[in-house]
Amino acid sequence: MIEKALKGGSGYWAWIIFLLAIIGMGGMFYVQQYNYGLGITGMSRDVTWGVYISQFTFLVGVAAGGLMLVLPYYIHHYKDFGRITILGEFMAIAAVIMCLLFIMADLGQPIRALNVLLHPTPNSMLFWDMIVLNGYLFLNVVCGWAVLHAEYKGVKYARWVKYLIYLSIPWAVSIHTVTAFLYCGLPGRHFWLTAILAPRFLASAFAAGPALLLLVALIMERTTKFRVGQVAKDKLVTIIGYAALLNFFFVGCEFFVAYYSQIPGHMHTLDYLFWGLSHDGHTYNNLVPFMRASMLMGLVGIPLIFIARARQSGGLLALSCILLFLSLWIDKGLGLVLGGFVPTMMEGVTEYYPSVQELGITAAIWATGFFVLTLLYKVAIEVKLEQEG
Amino acid sequence: MYGKGRIIPALLIFLGLMTFPLWYNAGFAHQAPKPEKPAEYKECVRPTQEMRTSHMVMLNQWRDDILREDGARKGVTADGTEYVRSLQNGCMHCHANKKKFCDTCHTYTAVKPYCWDCHLEPKEAM
Amino acid sequence: MKKDRRDFLKVAGLAAIAGIGAPSAFNMLLKGEATASEQSAAAAGQGEAVAAPTGKRWGMVIDVRKFVANPNLPAKCVEACHTIHNVPNFGNPKDEIKWIWPDKFEAVFPDESHYKRHEALHSMPIMTLCNHCDKPPCVRACPTKATYRMKDGVVAMDYHRCIGCRFCMAACPYGARSFNWRDPRGKDENGNPFIKTVNPKFPTRMRGVVEKCNFCVERLALGQIPACVEATGTTGAMVFGDLNDPNSEVSKVLSANFTIQRKPSLGTYPSLFYII
Repeated sequence: MIEKALKGGSGYWAWIIFLLAIIGMGGMFYVQQYNYGLGITGMSRDVTWGVYISQFTFLVGVAAGGLMLVLPYYIHHYKDFGRITILGEFMAIAAVIMCLLFIMADLGQPIRALNVLLHPTPNSMLFWDMIVLNGYLFLNVVCGWAVLHAEYKGVKYARWVKYLIYLSIPWAVSIHTVTAFLYCGLPGRHFWLTAILAPRFLASAFAAGPALLLLVALIMERTTKFRVGQVAKDKLVTIIGYAALLNFFFVGCEFFVAYYSQIPGHMHTLDYLFWGLSHDGHTYNNLVPFMRASMLMGLVGIPLIFIARARQSGGLLALSCILLFLSLWIDKGLGLVLGGFVPTMMEGVTEYYPSVQELGITAAIWATGFFVLTLLYKVAIEVKLEQEG
Repeated sequence: MYGKGRIIPALLIFLGLMTFPLWYNAGFAHQAPKPEKPAEYKECVRPTQEMRTSHMVMLNQWRDDILREDGARKGVTADGTEYVRSLQNGCMHCHANKKKFCDTCHTYTAVKPYCWDCHLEPKEAM
Repeated sequence: MKKDRRDFLKVAGLAAIAGIGAPSAFNMLLKGEATASEQSAAAAGQGEAVAAPTGKRWGMVIDVRKFVANPNLPAKCVEACHTIHNVPNFGNPKDEIKWIWPDKFEAVFPDESHYKRHEALHSMPIMTLCNHCDKPPCVRACPTKATYRMKDGVVAMDYHRCIGCRFCMAACPYGARSFNWRDPRGKDENGNPFIKTVNPKFPTRMRGVVEKCNFCVERLALGQIPACVEATGTTGAMVFGDLNDPNSEVSKVLSANFTIQRKPSLGTYPSLFYII
């Protein structure tokens, strides 16, 4: 089956070479980081997690988003998702691989990463995150591949696969819940210390994951003979739209609690993210344009995606998916992690700007994810098209 | 076998390259390393053979015992001499020359322990 | 019918067992990080520090009045600690590593920073170091047990095991932890080493691990007091001792003075007390 990824047109190979070039560039930056230390990044004593961990957090959501395809198809026998469920599973594989790479890039002593297994520590949420992420990767690789391979052979998949698929459904919820628990169980970081964090993570995941999937599906409709089907696309719009609405409702709840209670600790980070925080005669606001853009794109994207469906407009649908994906990416992949470090534990403000090397490594890990995604999708749609003749 | 004409020569070339160091060095007798022992001390904390094979295990035990269990910082040899259970302040007190003691074997066996990333060798010029 | 009832009872029984088991399983999860957790229920919500019931618990009282009276004392403490422990000085706040440092009142005690506070509080140097909490959030967060709490209350680190994930730094509500963003044994552009004078008796750290104040465990083991306390000499600016021994100097100072702690509402039960 894998041989399907080795045959393709010039466009396919150009895309592969483009991704490999970015990976190679990032690899060189990583060598630099490995030799110098994490000081080569923009992180500091006050902002100890930067773009690596924020991308990791966001991508756990993209991985969990696959659930929104697996659940209707396998539990509710929603047949219209038959052609794209495998795309959800394969997207989860690519996203989890990116997550693990971002964690490795962020470690000060990557060679010692397996200490987490050598000295298992159940009271650490990072230990559990390691377990659920690797488990989820395993489940999706096995289920996705087994189901596709059965289809390739023209038979129904084995019975045991079904049980692993059932297991993967609560497992998808667990990966993002545990990832939220990394943050929301820390005393002293008011912005993260909120019980709504895990629900909010899940809501944004169930919007961002399917939005990316729908976007990729639209691109594939342009570049290949593969068609998702109108019913499936319309259903995805419902999922994305309502999940995004829920996410913004949760964000609104955070705003209410902070500003109605007027507790300074609860307001500081939101002040910093959306209006700029004044401290010692200086206003810190480097994330304000991003957060406002995120809010705007989200609030425009939600009605737009429903309008796009009503008008059956592919272009509008793609635009609204891009808006929503970017909005949620900024919200969680930037503001949530970086915002938590402002103010510092000594009531100061330190702003974070990623370095060139850091951005290069980040781009390379994204490219690795798209590389894996491209190969897997190539195999998947070739098999699907072959079966349908 | 499919593609026999290419696979078997390729395998042979691969095997040849992999075992190249063995061919290249065959027939040469290598000098076993001779770590220089301290002149003024005759006895180590454990018998020489045990130290030779498992000093690294003992160092890890000292570390975990002292750091985590509040273990004793001092020990006594079989002959009753007191010593400090510490690489930097114990071992290196007698084996004062890292290059002539530690490094001779470590270089020979191509191991790079990370002890010296943090611990200081006696009178190390940084 | 009969069979159905039996099934129901089975399920109900299992559910009951799960219900009873869950809290103890949760306690097991949190185990190994606090010895005072038994009493925490009694003191919860009152922000009151509870000492470990038995054995030694090292603690410290910092008398800020003495630091105000001796303006060169803070620098002396920092110097003593950082020299003994080979703490590097990178000369910039981004890479900074510090075990002990003087900070502003409102930075150390944000909960006490109401407006119209006493004029003297604005310029007061408050010595800041690891609180060696009884319920340390950093220990809870560490995925490898590279940081842990010893029986005598010292929150210690094993630098051999640290993977550099910096979860402990996010977890510590006191900003007490530093990361080795670059090689501490390196040199700056002018060729000056980051560690100016090396103490040959103590190791340095390596790139990529977290470090912090160790309450001078290596000195306590030899019967000495922490270096910063020693540096304050006879001023009484820092008093160190066993909080569980009612006759120790630190216990006497504590019972005779009104002291405050950093962020007591977080329930970390620090071992450090301040006299303002």
